[in-house]
Amino acid sequence: MTALLQVSGLSKRFGGFVALDGIDLDVQPGERLGLIGPNGSGKSTLVNCICGTLHNETGSVRFADETLDGLTAHQRTRRGLARSFQLPRPFASLSLAENVRIPILYSVNARAGGHLHGAAIDERCLELLGMVGLLAKARQMPRDLTQIEMRKLELARAMAAQPKLLISDEAMAGLSHAEVDEIIALLIRLNEQGVTVIMIEHIMRAVMEFSQRLAVLVAGKKIADGPPKDIVRDPEVVKAYLGE
Amino acid sequence: MASLVDKTAVAAAPGLRGLPFTLVLIAIGVAIFAIGRWYNNSYAFFMAYVVAQYIVLGTAWNILGGYTGYVNFGVTAFFAIGAYSTVVLHKLIPAMPLPVMILIGGSLAGLVGIGTGYLTLRLRGVFFSIATLALAVVVQTLITNWDFVGGARGAYVLRPRVAPLIGGEYVQYLFLLMLGMCVIVLATARAIERSALGYGFAAIRDDEAAAEASGVPTLRLKLIATGLSGGFMGMAGAPLPFYVTYLDPASGFSLNYAVNAIAMPLIGGTGSWLGPVIGAVLVGGLQEYLRVTISSAVNVLVAGVLMVTFVILAPQGIVGLFQKRKR
Repeated sequence: MTALLQVSGLSKRFGGFVALDGIDLDVQPGERLGLIGPNGSGKSTLVNCICGTLHNETGSVRFADETLDGLTAHQRTRRGLARSFQLPRPFASLSLAENVRIPILYSVNARAGGHLHGAAIDERCLELLGMVGLLAKARQMPRDLTQIEMRKLELARAMAAQPKLLISDEAMAGLSHAEVDEIIALLIRLNEQGVTVIMIEHIMRAVMEFSQRLAVLVAGKKIADGPPKDIVRDPEVVKAYLGE
Repeated sequence: MASLVDKTAVAAAPGLRGLPFTLVLIAIGVAIFAIGRWYNNSYAFFMAYVVAQYIVLGTAWNILGGYTGYVNFGVTAFFAIGAYSTVVLHKLIPAMPLPVMILIGGSLAGLVGIGTGYLTLRLRGVFFSIATLALAVVVQTLITNWDFVGGARGAYVLRPRVAPLIGGEYVQYLFLLMLGMCVIVLATARAIERSALGYGFAAIRDDEAAAEASGVPTLRLKLIATGLSGGFMGMAGAPLPFYVTYLDPASGFSLNYAVNAIAMPLIGGTGSWLGPVIGAVLVGGLQEYLRVTISSAVNVLVAGVLMVTFVILAPQGIVGLFQKRKR
């Protein structure tokens, strides 16, 4: 089976600082991958390079048998690559229903054959909000939401684009134990519906519970990649997190 | 800069569909014009022209400033491109009908809008605004040094005594054309509010990175906004030489146009097409009243004071005040 996402030899510099150094990463269709690493190890930069928010100097990103290099962020989203932001970035002047409406109008409707109109769009907006448990607040504004609701809105908006691959960038930071469980359950539910998920997270409990495979970034390099149980015992990984 | 701009949603409010709405606008326009003809006072036409011109200018500014969140300080550049293209066309082909000149002037300003948009839209917030301010200075310098259009001396454009088609004074014809532009611009603005384009603009205004991540082609949409906005400003400026009959850079690039085009949407409310209309009628009318009763210089002060008052006390404008009451 060919990989859904193929990152090869990807490097990114900010001036003299090497943020990512020759990253190779394959993600299979339907997989649940956990991406971990200490602060500043380049996880979010990798996401930004995959999604087209930043442009990598070397290496390439292939997605669903197509090279993405040179495509803008919105073109990649339309091809089925969605992400949530680490700090929620809702459209503050739009209601929740309108927030999830944007990707439907601009991603789903931009694809061949997937056109939704009028009432069908409204229905789909409510369905998406219902999926994350925000149906009752559909007409409210993002400023009325709590932190966890904000994260759920991020995920709902990413899912509104009907992606093949969802990258969840620290959707759980700062949430309570029960709230973390809620988000994990939500991501697993999405995965069962056929969406491949990359989860970036610091909360190890969540990572271990969710991931079928772990990749570890340290100082811009991928130092380990494999089954979660083996990875957490890997001496390199332990050293990176705890020191010698 | 963000606080300057209204943050109310471009909500899919219920109401008339596009075509009936345009027909209602046309009916209102015809009614206003008929009343003017019946009243038959040339001062009233001169005054109404100014208000209508500000409805077009304010709405044009609002498409970029209010809907998309990019504050354009270079209104005079686009307005004067329209005005001076009329001067050029009138010199080259004196028989050319004014509506054709308006279309050409508008297209020219629209192209300049797209061009400057392409160069400056990578700039965010206040930096974009400064770049547009620089554009106004550049265009003014070019015009001032262009002898064909009169340079710093200015150019005379002889106004025909009688209006074509409708008869009567020529200013009536100018007013009628400006009313027609009001209909076009308002119908366009309202259509944008209710379309995917309006949602895309709102997404850009709120968060550009998130908009891109949602599939919104931000650069293309911003170019549409600058093109439409600049084009409508150019259209508003195109009849100006016939209105003033003598056009020099100091009057064509007057600060009044820029201040009013920004103040009127802010006072009326930037979230809806109705805001610039309310702002233009209120502020434009008040300025005209003060111009004849107190002094001709006080009108800029009025716009300035009102703008500051509204930005502080009612950032969502008059429309916003009413929406709040309704909730």
